[in-house]
Amino acid sequence: MELHLHEEAACHRADLTLKDFKSGVEPIWCPGCGDFGVLQALQRALAANGRPPHEVALVSGIGCSSRLPAYTSAYGFHGVHGRALPVATGLKLARPELEVVVVGGDGDGYSIGGNHFMHACRRNVNLTYIVMDNRVYGMTKGQPSPTTEADWDSDIAPGGVGVSPFSPVAIALAAGANFVARGFALDVKPLADILVAAMKHPGFSFVEVLSPCITFRPEEMDWKKAIKRNAIETTSDRKAAMAAVMGADELMSGIIFEGDRPAYGQTLAAPEGLAAIEGEFIVDPAA
Amino acid sequence: MDFGDEGGRDAMRSSIAVCFAGSGGAGAITAGSTFLQSAARAGYYGLMTKLSGAQVRGGEAAALVEIGVEPLDAQPDRFDVLIALDWDNVGKFAPELPMDSASIVLADPAAGKPAETIVATGARLVDFPLAKLASDVKGRGNMVALGAAAALAGIDSAALEQSIRDLIGAKGEATIAASLAAVAAGADAARQIESDIKLQPGHPGRRWFGSGNEAIGLGALRGGVRFVAAYPITPATEITEWLAPRMGAVGGRAMLAEDEIAAINMAVGASFGGVPSLTVTSGPGLSLKVETIGLAISAEIPLVIVDVMRVGPSTGIPTKSDQGDLDLALYGTHGDAPRIVLAPMSIADCALTTERAVHLAESLQTPVFVLSDQSLGQTQTIIDEPTRRAEPMTRAMESDKSGADFRRYQPTADNVSPMPAPGVEGRQWVAEGLSHDEFGHPSNAARFHVAGLNKRRDKLENHDYGDIWGEATGEGETVIIAFGSSVGPVKEAARRLREQGVAIKVVGLRLIAPIPKEQIAEAIKGARRVIVVEQNHTGQLYRHLLGAKALPAEAESLARPGPAPFRPGEIAAHIA
Repeated sequence: MELHLHEEAACHRADLTLKDFKSGVEPIWCPGCGDFGVLQALQRALAANGRPPHEVALVSGIGCSSRLPAYTSAYGFHGVHGRALPVATGLKLARPELEVVVVGGDGDGYSIGGNHFMHACRRNVNLTYIVMDNRVYGMTKGQPSPTTEADWDSDIAPGGVGVSPFSPVAIALAAGANFVARGFALDVKPLADILVAAMKHPGFSFVEVLSPCITFRPEEMDWKKAIKRNAIETTSDRKAAMAAVMGADELMSGIIFEGDRPAYGQTLAAPEGLAAIEGEFIVDPAA
Repeated sequence: MDFGDEGGRDAMRSSIAVCFAGSGGAGAITAGSTFLQSAARAGYYGLMTKLSGAQVRGGEAAALVEIGVEPLDAQPDRFDVLIALDWDNVGKFAPELPMDSASIVLADPAAGKPAETIVATGARLVDFPLAKLASDVKGRGNMVALGAAAALAGIDSAALEQSIRDLIGAKGEATIAASLAAVAAGADAARQIESDIKLQPGHPGRRWFGSGNEAIGLGALRGGVRFVAAYPITPATEITEWLAPRMGAVGGRAMLAEDEIAAINMAVGASFGGVPSLTVTSGPGLSLKVETIGLAISAEIPLVIVDVMRVGPSTGIPTKSDQGDLDLALYGTHGDAPRIVLAPMSIADCALTTERAVHLAESLQTPVFVLSDQSLGQTQTIIDEPTRRAEPMTRAMESDKSGADFRRYQPTADNVSPMPAPGVEGRQWVAEGLSHDEFGHPSNAARFHVAGLNKRRDKLENHDYGDIWGEATGEGETVIIAFGSSVGPVKEAARRLREQGVAIKVVGLRLIAPIPKEQIAEAIKGARRVIVVEQNHTGQLYRHLLGAKALPAEAESLARPGPAPFRPGEIAAHIA
């Protein structure tokens, strides 16, 4: 089987629709979960991106949102908690011609997988990383994550965890991500547009999606009203982007930064035989 | 080898053991490597291990070199010659440098008093003005030492010169000329020393010169690995460093991961993409990887994991050898997770075992361990070319089913199901760490879970591993079973015992899981005594085999942990 297609030979199909990216598997998400909006936006974006389902791979870790790959018709990888980015990195570097999209939640990506997040931004492999951030561990029934407010009350941290949340977009910018955006799960069409831009942009594209948890953070449904759409001015100046997000309202959506760092490892060398390598070991007095 | 008598005072010796030692930067390792390579050119076999202090730079270092007219299986029991470039901390090496009254120590009186631990061995001290000989010809002391060792062994000067040109040729003619002059000065001076350690003539021919770590890299490439991801860890890093430039040359990719967990997940991702993949580590790193090993087992993702074992637990002794990771390789990860564990029995075998590991991982869609260790990995050796190759076995990627009919984990006669790679139309599937049905869809149902467990067990248990299981050599009612770097010293011990009339069979196990029960049963049939020899504290192989009833209840265990290397004399003494 010929595995190494070429980037330029990858097909673009104009006839794809959202339906082409649906699978028959029923999501386990609670009715009203923001992740339904992300799934729909992603299916729309994949159709618009024009790569057929078999040339797309969705990679995830563990958590509610990490269940997403099975709900699409693409190839998928539902791995262990927090390790989606390294899996996707290996896959993309081994198969540069595939469209590789990584999905997951805030606990998976910012806590247990935090080191990989930082280094994926820095490495700048041509991936798209979508974090469905509901500011809570949902699957384990409501514990605070790295983006949860310090005073949010929970069984595991009565009265609040007492630690300030961090800003994922600021970390992504600081660590070198080449495309940084924030979207809102229930704004399906604008989110799909952001995701298409993220997939088209070379290098590591990070999209933080505010995705309400209707069960453990029902107050997040108010984001519908609070979100400030089109309040962000896209820049290609990393410092300006950083200044704009530091301390700013975390409920603004839009594309924050589009950089021009060259993507890592886009091509593979043409293979040569092993003979020269075998020869390195030989000591032959007659030679 | 011939160390059975008192110091081997034969007129012509079949092997000799030389140690070059000195402070870091004095060039002991360079002298040792050049000595070994020149011995290869002169038609000898050999091996060299390196000792070093804890410091990265500036610490003491020693090169332990044994060369002989026959291939060498184990570190020597004793050393014939120690050449001390200086005495800075060299005395610390004494426990690893057994010597006796037949040994010679060459040391420069200008470098101060010899270390007491060395004097205590009873070795004969010979004043040898290294610094003066070197400065007279504007050369370096380590090259004087090299010349002295070569003269004592009787190595041909043409072989020596060619090796110097090979190793330091890039430094220019002036450096080469100074080195050759220093070598000649050392040789001339050494010829004045009364000594009886001259080697039998070598048999010049084509030889293979490399380490176990390099041989593992070669085996991986031979097997078809085209993606490696690793995090730096002693003593395994050299495999990745060796592979990094060569992977590019064969159209593959080497990745330096941000941590051990990232490394194995990158390899799993690349393998999911259809590319045979490898991760390389040592004990502490393997501890971090075990969760993902469970994922690869459950989702049936091919993967080769090389563990170059060192002394544990925890940070342990990173630069010394031990076989204490066997339990982790066999059982590490939660749940019921059968896997294949292989161990190379020699440096040459590192290439074959790793190549076979790739084939098994690919064809059975499972993680396969290669358990090497520091001793195999970092010993440089001169051997006959390891030309034995394994018959290729590849991944089943083609399925005649597609769309709704395609089931990733479809039952088959051999329990291996087609695994299309992304890019193939109509066969999309999701690799899944959750218990899953035949389609790969997550399911909590007991029937799917148990079917998956059975499938993954049976595909490994029912596979015919052929002669990769290991090898039995010799005949006798005493049978020694060993794995990995213990096999070499066991074989040498058995050879000596046979010379004394003790009939011994040695069983080297290359396949440790699944246990090759039938082959072991056949090998120990009629044995009066079965001894499992391994370099760890708790008898991990012994317990593994005994627990599976692969051994009789009265089987014995000789388990002795690192860091001290197993010496043939120790094993022979235990058995006799």
